[in-house]
Amino acid sequence: MADEEKKAASTTGEATATPAAAETPAAPSPTPRPYGRGPGGPGGRRPGGPGGRPGGRGEGGPRKFFRRKKVCKFCVEKIDSINYKDVRLLQQFVAERGKIVPRRLTGVCTPHQRRLTAAIKQARNIALLPFAARY
Amino acid sequence: MDQHQRTYEVMYIVRPDLAEEEAERVISTVESGATAAGLSVKNVERMGKRRLAYKVRKFQDGLYVLLTVEGPGSAVAELERRLRVAEPVIKYITVRVDEEQKRLTKIKKIRDSKVRQRPQTAEAAAGSEPAPATA
Repeated sequence: MADEEKKAASTTGEATATPAAAETPAAPSPTPRPYGRGPGGPGGRRPGGPGGRPGGRGEGGPRKFFRRKKVCKFCVEKIDSINYKDVRLLQQFVAERGKIVPRRLTGVCTPHQRRLTAAIKQARNIALLPFAARY
Repeated sequence: MDQHQRTYEVMYIVRPDLAEEEAERVISTVESGATAAGLSVKNVERMGKRRLAYKVRKFQDGLYVLLTVEGPGSAVAELERRLRVAEPVIKYITVRVDEEQKRLTKIKKIRDSKVRQRPQTAEAAAGSEPAPATA
């Protein structure tokens, strides 16, 4: 029973913390954030990958990342063409093992992520990027 | 009869163990094959020897060549067939580029015309945002 109470307390703690986290990025960006819900739900796990992810206090660390507003590199730097030949550019959006990094981590906007994904897949096809990097 | 003249980029990889002149011969045969298929060759760019992201036919690196052609899709299909048959060509990819080119010029045009308007639109966006965020 006591455990349940504790759990409830921790979840409510998270719940109260979540809106605060959600509001800060809410002000500058016009879209309803998909990741605003993140810290409370399953999203809390991902940014906290390297460190501890237990609820409540532990989330204080990762949430600092959330405060920093992510911006789309392509929009900011006005990169129009996302070409499969530009390996340097594409590599920034590919994880170590060759996976395409999700938008919620890189902050790339949806239209650009779409183009980016297509370009990365083309680059993979012509062996400019790995499908899976050897380990 | 769809004989639309379109621009394509054909990137292909020549096996690395050929002598330089042999590789050159392969490149020129591909070029003549393209013209024979009914394409007009715009440009041939040798991108040099590159390390492949993964093994292709047991080769770790390859000679990248970028061929820009113009012509109907049926001719490109013929060129691809030739590349598939050609022994020294270990991999190829065809990408249609004219649409992308069109898009880029369009974006550039829009951007040039928007340069004056931008300060106004930015203010308007900032003004309208806080209301929905707090509500």
